[in-house]
Amino acid sequence: MITFTLNNQAQKYDGDPTMPLLWYLRDEIGLTGTKYGCGMALCGACTIHIDGDATRSCRLPMSAVQDKHITTIEGLDKNNAHPVQVAWAENDVPQCGYCQSGQMMQAAALLAKNAAPSDEEIAQSMSGNICRCGTYPRIRKAIKAASKESQS
Amino acid sequence: MSQYSAQRRHFLKQMGVGTGLTLGVTLLPKATFAASGETQPAHMAPNVFVAITEDGTLEVTCHRSEMGQQIRTAITQIIADELDADWQRVKTLQADGDEKYGDQNTDGSRSIRRNLARLQMAGATAALLLKQAAAKGWNVEPDSCQCRNHQVVHVETGRTADFSALVSVAATLPMPEEGLVKPKARKDWRYVGKGIRSIDMQAVQAGTTVFGQDVTIENMLYAVIQRPPVMFTQPESVDDKKARSMKGVKAVMTLPAASAPANFLPLGGVAVLAENTWAAMQGVKALKITWSENEHSQYDSRTEKQTHMETARQTGEVVRQRGDVKQALESAHKTVEATYYAPLLAQAPMEPPAAAARVEGDSAQVWTSTQNPQAAQALVAEVLKIPVENVTIHVTLLGGGFGRKSKPDFAAEAAWLAQQAKRPVKVVWRREDDIQHGFYHTVSAQHIRAGLAQNGDATAWHHNTVFPTISSTFSTEANTPSSGELRLGFIDNPFDIPNIQLEKGKAQNHVRIGWLRSVANVYHAYAIHTFADVLAHAAGKDSKAYLQQLIGKPRHIDLAQEGAEYDNYGDPIETYPIDTGRLRAVLDKATEMADWDNREKNQRHLGVAVHRSFLSYVATVVEVVVDKSGSWRIPNAYICIDAGTIVNSEHVKAQCEGGAIFGLSCAIGEISASDGAVTQTNFHNYQVARMQHAPENIDVHIVQSDAPPGGVGEPPTPPFAPALANALFAATGKRIYELPIPLTLKA
Repeated sequence: MITFTLNNQAQKYDGDPTMPLLWYLRDEIGLTGTKYGCGMALCGACTIHIDGDATRSCRLPMSAVQDKHITTIEGLDKNNAHPVQVAWAENDVPQCGYCQSGQMMQAAALLAKNAAPSDEEIAQSMSGNICRCGTYPRIRKAIKAASKESQS
Repeated sequence: MSQYSAQRRHFLKQMGVGTGLTLGVTLLPKATFAASGETQPAHMAPNVFVAITEDGTLEVTCHRSEMGQQIRTAITQIIADELDADWQRVKTLQADGDEKYGDQNTDGSRSIRRNLARLQMAGATAALLLKQAAAKGWNVEPDSCQCRNHQVVHVETGRTADFSALVSVAATLPMPEEGLVKPKARKDWRYVGKGIRSIDMQAVQAGTTVFGQDVTIENMLYAVIQRPPVMFTQPESVDDKKARSMKGVKAVMTLPAASAPANFLPLGGVAVLAENTWAAMQGVKALKITWSENEHSQYDSRTEKQTHMETARQTGEVVRQRGDVKQALESAHKTVEATYYAPLLAQAPMEPPAAAARVEGDSAQVWTSTQNPQAAQALVAEVLKIPVENVTIHVTLLGGGFGRKSKPDFAAEAAWLAQQAKRPVKVVWRREDDIQHGFYHTVSAQHIRAGLAQNGDATAWHHNTVFPTISSTFSTEANTPSSGELRLGFIDNPFDIPNIQLEKGKAQNHVRIGWLRSVANVYHAYAIHTFADVLAHAAGKDSKAYLQQLIGKPRHIDLAQEGAEYDNYGDPIETYPIDTGRLRAVLDKATEMADWDNREKNQRHLGVAVHRSFLSYVATVVEVVVDKSGSWRIPNAYICIDAGTIVNSEHVKAQCEGGAIFGLSCAIGEISASDGAVTQTNFHNYQVARMQHAPENIDVHIVQSDAPPGGVGEPPTPPFAPALANALFAATGKRIYELPIPLTLKA
């Protein structure tokens, strides 16, 4: 039995321990906000937080989440009030939206560690998150806006 | 063959070939409101797009697929505007696939240009009925009433009635005569033209959006399919013992094999059905399959590249002629030539294709992220051998489309497996499936030869284009570019050169060829606009000034005079002329935004390209910085778009930004093949633009225009790559004739 905390709730799992967290979230408990994009930790669509760190859930086996605190997009802020969510709306960032859960989770983890990232630090941190719609310039702007917001 | 014919017609329609394309406002379907069934009965539904419920909620039905272009927001803006609705009291529903809406195939950048007028009529009809209902109650003339913020107001007396108070009467009124329905004057627009935020924003923020990959149906199985590595091969033997013994695996099924022409039909292969996606993926990995071979098994994209480039250098079939190119080249002071090549590309939307299906008896329901719900409906009916009216296609959000999801093969796979399994099934395409078994953006080879006079003026332009045609997906005989592809930035070359000869050449397909955002415009604009820059340098002129000269004076180009078959994206040339004045205007604006004329003084490396596609005009200037190691980045891009009348200024800007970055991906990506199979598998070997490649800043200017609406989703893509290549030339002195552009380019 694997026990962990998901979006502040205690959870238990006794299925296939090799199954990546992504499929537990999507298929087992219906939290489909975390997306499948590549299955090889190449695109960032499945990004969630493990103890606050941005992590690709598509390559993380359930056996590795024992005692961990997991946060998904659904648990970022119930009222969409996290500075990143607010900045995403104010900059009208999403196009299709599919990659944006992962983008927001990656950005939130970045800002939690580095409240005022430089352009280079933003590009470096976000380079693992692909957006085929091409929202990168807006993501950049939104992260800067959220950075100001979280500092004020 | 009858189904094939239906698909063929569909294809021709998509390619804008044939007649009867434009849906006039007179074809607005009336009365039958039956959207997705997710809401309480509408109390007033004068047409399929508009309903008002008892509490006054305005329900707008979006019949086009949402894939990031924010069409749901735009359609809502158009209808809400006509009714002067309160934005807080508007709800948007997504239409199922149904011919009652007219064309729903969301491609070709036509959702607004083909629907703005008819949606305005739809909204205005509802507005008139509400005014009539109020006027009846007040015993005044409907003309003396106005809709204002979800109320009808009697202007003279100031009496008001909320929409909720009027629906029951309005619902009983006869449909107004068409001549009586008058959409708002442009000056009165309240929502159209404004940068209103996406109506789906909150769902994206919260992670509650539902895409095809996210659909769950009670009791469903998850299916992953191993498709044939080579097109139209089939499994000769399948060892599924291990797969069947795996935990969670419920069934293994071999799909019907495919044969040429591909149409939209599934490719076949072997499916593993399991209790969750992971188990299905593991099950597929455990399959041992030997595949048959066929004439495509020898396909090697490197060998084929040489063949295409050689064909491009030969004389092709002439498709447009002005003056005498041969003579002009012979008498030219100088001639310049180049052969271009562009590889296959995959659309690779972030959401790989997916569909969930439930089949009961002779009826089927499919939930899927399709650009083309009516084609999905027809295909599912064909594959299941059930009546088309028994198939319901529920359209989810699309995690990107870019043309991939206008082919509904994945919907048919889900439906077929659900029918066989007698249980609902969701088919999940892995990224590997998406990259290896797509409908690819075709390879292309082109040769251009130009003649220059002593003063540098271009006197001759001889251009041959060679590529496996999209028509090959629908016909085994098709082996030359179709008019539907030649019209995309090739035959409509706007240059003011006295002698022009355009040709096309033969090329065989070995993979399924399909549409990708802006289609043949991508490679045509690349060749034409990098070659324009080559000519500028050969003439010793400034690139912008030379381009201005090539475009020439403001005029409307008549291609028919030069023997060219041109359908103008299916819209009348009188309404949407090829207007070099507008082309020149966006070029002038974008170069002004980029401070082009001071670039040398400021030591900036800029490149420019300008292109008309989908009836809109876009100029792009790209700035590059190349470091000592040769690796380049794009600090800035400047885009000017003239798309005529626009609906949402913020989302037009977003499409320009995203379209540019998609154009960048087209320039740096490559799909290749050997032994008939695609080499790339996932994002580690299929390069797409990431944040560090993308322009750090993009300035967009939208030309204020009351011209009829043009396309927006695709036009920003074609000019980006040539502008980038021209900027890289300015920085390094290197010309890039063969794509992809390397990420490191030594000076």
